[in-house]
Amino acid sequence: MTDLLRTQNLKVYYGQNEAVKGIDLNFAENSVTALIGPSGCGKSTFLRSLNRMNDEIADARQTGNIWIGDQDINAPGTDVTVLRQKIGMVWQRPNPFYKSIYDNIAFGPKYHGIRNKKELDRIVEESLRKAALWDEVKDRLSSSALSLSGGQQQRLCIARALSVNPSILLLDEPASALDPVSTSKIEELITELKQSLTIAIVTHNMQQAARVSDYTAYFYLGTLMEYGKTEIMFTNPTKPNTQEYISGRFG
Amino acid sequence: MKPKTADKVATGIIVFFALFIVAILLGMLGYIMVRGLSHIDWHFLTSPPQTIKEGGGIGPQLFNSLYLLVLTMIITIPLGLGAGIYMAEYAKPNRLTDTIRLVVEVLSSFPSIVVGLFGLLVIVNVFGLGFSLMSGAMVLTIFNMPLMVRVTEQAFRSVSREQKEAGLAMGLSKWKIITSILFPVALPIIVTGTILAAGRVFGEAAALLFTAGMTTPRIHFDDWNPLHAASPLNPFRPAETLAVHIWKVNSEGIAPDALEIAAGASAVLVIMVLIFNLLARWLGRALYRKFTSIK
Repeated sequence: MTDLLRTQNLKVYYGQNEAVKGIDLNFAENSVTALIGPSGCGKSTFLRSLNRMNDEIADARQTGNIWIGDQDINAPGTDVTVLRQKIGMVWQRPNPFYKSIYDNIAFGPKYHGIRNKKELDRIVEESLRKAALWDEVKDRLSSSALSLSGGQQQRLCIARALSVNPSILLLDEPASALDPVSTSKIEELITELKQSLTIAIVTHNMQQAARVSDYTAYFYLGTLMEYGKTEIMFTNPTKPNTQEYISGRFG
Repeated sequence: MKPKTADKVATGIIVFFALFIVAILLGMLGYIMVRGLSHIDWHFLTSPPQTIKEGGGIGPQLFNSLYLLVLTMIITIPLGLGAGIYMAEYAKPNRLTDTIRLVVEVLSSFPSIVVGLFGLLVIVNVFGLGFSLMSGAMVLTIFNMPLMVRVTEQAFRSVSREQKEAGLAMGLSKWKIITSILFPVALPIIVTGTILAAGRVFGEAAALLFTAGMTTPRIHFDDWNPLHAASPLNPFRPAETLAVHIWKVNSEGIAPDALEIAAGASAVLVIMVLIFNLLARWLGRALYRKFTSIK
């Protein structure tokens, strides 16, 4: 398997504070990588740096390289709007636009130049099907996205991210605000989606990390403490700190 | 005192204050309506005022107030929205933006008479706009600007950060995010701010005495070419608004029915503000629903 996304000595600073301290991490194509670690360990910051989302925070800056193929997307002069189409993102709290279900999905493709109504209809249906939401909403595409339940909203957000055809999907604790049924739907979905996507997921839920991911990266105080195949990380971690966190003794 | 008793006493006091305020409001409103309503008829609303004889109306003043509102909003809304969006979405927090914010705050606490005199010196005389609707609209813009800027900034800031990030993550430009994602969500607050600003246009008298003037030239309501001197739409003619008229009739009116005219005009002014409020709210809700497809 090839690595679709690689970071090299990636550092993120908030003002003087170094939140992410030089991470080298590879994301294999069509795999799920779980980023775990106690609160404040820099895993979310690291995830957000991958699609340059930290650019929007006034005193944040990041150094190092982020490679997609042979392109360094952290290099100055990178067109972030083009880059961000390749990297979809889903947040902890569902954040659908204050628009209809249809418009939530069609908005991105429309903006990027697709005007043909049939083509948009196709993208909307396909994205919603991929997010396992189509059957629940196909009869009310014109109603407000805010009328959906929390779990449905989150799947809508995944569908929205898929609508611009990304090759990488970043999930920032996508199920932590959802009930167990919705959570298991999201987890099934992640397993489905990795057929065609490379996924990075931040999670506080160890069982979830063990269930959905192929690789696990354990972050501690801004550094990458340990990285490996998930089944090995969870059964036989090399570092005692990892062992303690995974077994729930702190964090 | 036991906590439960204290709670009851506090609730009682708060309810009393609330009722007290409502009573004052209803009392004033009732007084104005009772005194004024009987004087309002079609003739009163459409005919020009009389200086000496009785039976004068408030037609031109009513029109002036509405037209001044439109002119002021045409200037205020784009400026206020622009500056507010800049403060919320583009300005970096530094000394310059802090200063801008301070200036905006200070501007909002200027006494209206001072702003009126400033308007007389600068807009009426130096710019040579004379006593005119345009001068009045510009002075009222000075009043309304702080409110519009602050309300717009707060409205945009109140939209959750994730909404904006969702747009960014899909590769949308900042401008597209502002216009298509943030603006519809911010709209209800902006509409409320606009209503408050408009209320000021209806009610302001002191600043308009020196800028829009205290007289209305003979205007012909059958000539709608804004370039003609006698056209109601000419923005460079003097225009006495309803609020100014009420003040003038009350303080120096010599028509025998001056008091009745003032009372009737006051009632009309209050009713107009009320109608405008309801209309603006309805429009705001309709737009919000259209943008967000919330039923």
